[in-house]
Amino acid sequence: MTDHHSDIDSVSGKSTTGHEWDGIKELNTPLPRWWVISFYLTIIWSIGYWIVYPAWPLIQSNTTGMFGYSSRADVAVELANLEKIRGDKMAALGAASLADIEKDPALLALARAKGKTVFGDNCAPCHGSGAAGAKGYPNLNDDDWLWGGTLDQIMQTIQFGARSGHAKTHEGQMLAFGKDGVLKSDEIVTVANYVRSLAGLSTRNGFDAAKGEKIFAENCVACHGDGGKGNQEMGAPNLTDKIWLYGSDEAALIETISQGRAGVMPAWEGRLDPATIKAMAVYVHSLGGGK
Amino acid sequence: MNKTVNPKDLTLDDDNGPLYAAHKKVYPQSVSGTFRRIKWSLMAICLGVYYFLPFVRWNRGLGAPSQAVLIDLPNSRFYFFFIELWPQEVYYFTGLLIVAAVALFLMNSVGGRIWCGYLCPQTVWTDLFYAVERLIEGDRRERMKKDKSSDPLKLERISEIVLKHSIWLMIAWWTGGAWVLYFNDAPTLVKELVTFQGPMIAYIWIGILTASTYLLAGYMREQVCTYMCPWPRIQAALTDEWALNVTYRYDRGEKRTSVKKAAELRALGEQVGDCVDCYQCVAVCRTGIDIRNGPQMECIQCGLCIDACDNVMTKIGRPKRLIGYDNDINIHRRQEGKAPIYRIVRARTIVYSAIIAAIGGFMVYTLATRSLLDVNVLHDRNPVAVKLSDGSIRNAYTVRLLNKSGYDRAIAIDVEGPANPTMHVVGVDSVTPDRPIIVIPRDSTSELRLLVTAPAENNPEKSIPVRFHVMDIGLGVAASATDNFVAP
Repeated sequence: MTDHHSDIDSVSGKSTTGHEWDGIKELNTPLPRWWVISFYLTIIWSIGYWIVYPAWPLIQSNTTGMFGYSSRADVAVELANLEKIRGDKMAALGAASLADIEKDPALLALARAKGKTVFGDNCAPCHGSGAAGAKGYPNLNDDDWLWGGTLDQIMQTIQFGARSGHAKTHEGQMLAFGKDGVLKSDEIVTVANYVRSLAGLSTRNGFDAAKGEKIFAENCVACHGDGGKGNQEMGAPNLTDKIWLYGSDEAALIETISQGRAGVMPAWEGRLDPATIKAMAVYVHSLGGGK
Repeated sequence: MNKTVNPKDLTLDDDNGPLYAAHKKVYPQSVSGTFRRIKWSLMAICLGVYYFLPFVRWNRGLGAPSQAVLIDLPNSRFYFFFIELWPQEVYYFTGLLIVAAVALFLMNSVGGRIWCGYLCPQTVWTDLFYAVERLIEGDRRERMKKDKSSDPLKLERISEIVLKHSIWLMIAWWTGGAWVLYFNDAPTLVKELVTFQGPMIAYIWIGILTASTYLLAGYMREQVCTYMCPWPRIQAALTDEWALNVTYRYDRGEKRTSVKKAAELRALGEQVGDCVDCYQCVAVCRTGIDIRNGPQMECIQCGLCIDACDNVMTKIGRPKRLIGYDNDINIHRRQEGKAPIYRIVRARTIVYSAIIAAIGGFMVYTLATRSLLDVNVLHDRNPVAVKLSDGSIRNAYTVRLLNKSGYDRAIAIDVEGPANPTMHVVGVDSVTPDRPIIVIPRDSTSELRLLVTAPAENNPEKSIPVRFHVMDIGLGVAASATDNFVAP
């Protein structure tokens, strides 16, 4: 090989690499030195990386690195730190009464923010992401509450649930008057129409209102109260208002009366810490339906 | 076969040369004169403003920052003397950037790259670094000699180098230090930094800017202007034949010859130039070019060659400004025996000035008339509307009230749109059922959940426009926002 420093291309005046193909020579145009140095530095750096950090996949596991670093452990530490940072704020939330939280703008903002995220994680599957509910799952934005809409009542429902199996849960269910043979089908149709009349809705032509009232008085008043105003102690809905959990048309009412209803709300005590449950109660109350 | 020649003897034809040439160190000589004095003064002003502005105080009342210029990132506020900007007013910065860009265009159409030569931070700091270098290592010839010296390890030389780099690093460090002071209360931060109590991010930024200043002003110097900066390329598209660039007036410079010979030839009545080929213009040049080769991309128009040439012309008894701010049109006119003409006011400069005046004027106007109370409304999307047990309709809104003033404000909210509305702000007991009043602390925003309920009767079945009025009940300052009221 020719010493390329002395081999100068006569046209360009530059030195060549000395490599020749069919009389064509390659000009020696090296990469800038700073570039080459940076390239070697990155190689050296990567070796350090292999040693210090988890890097090489093995058959069953991977190399763990010198300091036992893992990003998962980092996340755990970060989360713990976050809890610590938020600790006194959440403690303040836990210490304050529900009414005080609503009065204090800072605590209210914290409770609403916390409540919103926890709601999204835990409640949204049934009640919807905006708490608008669905058939059988109450809309928490409105002012109709099966078990009461005050701050304390909402918190109690979240804590213990409804028909959840918890010792302090709300109990009470709509019986299956048709399935259990208590009422005959024509009686069910009659009482369904009677209930619609209570809510000011249209009724089937020629339905016997007196008979409906009688059936209602014998079977339904115990829970739904005189005139169907409902009873929050038993979770019995108000049948005279404009809000219907399972629908207000005749077919829906017939189904409800025949088959009964017993929606379940899980108890969140034990799954969420008390401060979080408090935040949730405030959040749900602030959706607008709270009393 | 190729001839064997020494690469050092090769000269590349200027037009066909590579886009990148191996770096040749430039050793600018010191020079004195008009433009050097202008440069010194501008450097003093620029650096003085940069280094000391954070320490200027401005009383904004208790609890508000008392720093005249402060970029308060944690609280998302920008303070500039009496102006306080919020994040949503970032368009003022956009306006400022546009004005700055057009101002560059204007400067360029009047005096070429005068920004590069006098005001560009790269120029200012490089000039400062050159001054330090000259003070310690001597002027051009001495520095060249020392760099070539075969014995660089003499104690004296080492101490010179160490001293130079220490001072450079101190300047660079102060540059980074001043930068972070714009982001926090300067005296407090200085105290914290000195006692190593400062925030890590401050140290990181000081480090970054120390390194960049040291590298860019100490080592890269003119290479930043020729290889890294896009401005030389852009300005080529912006300049025109009337722009005053640093120009060698070859009409009176050529032919070049020695002083003695020129005198002899002149005595014989022959035409000779004033240029005596002394190379002073080249020796003082920051970018190492020869201005006599005509306008060049590397020229930053700093005018130091004008000073150098003027000094020589004075010495040899010839008129000054053989090199000066001029253009080719005038050189040609002089060659034709006509008087030179200078056109600062022309379509281009008028348009640029008009743009600057229009945008600047608009900014000043909006800044002077902007409301210190603002309201933003966001309709709840899920659910958009709620039917209540008595059949009435309720819509929920997230209302953000902005109080940009320096005092707490009691704000009343009114709604206009649905018939017989009632309003409730979550967490607030309203004295009047349809008109909640909320106190917004000064210089802050409050986000409220606002529920508007309207009876079903008289209200349409679909969406209707709704307008929220907010008013400072003390001062009567008002703002409003529109949205929709939706039926389920």
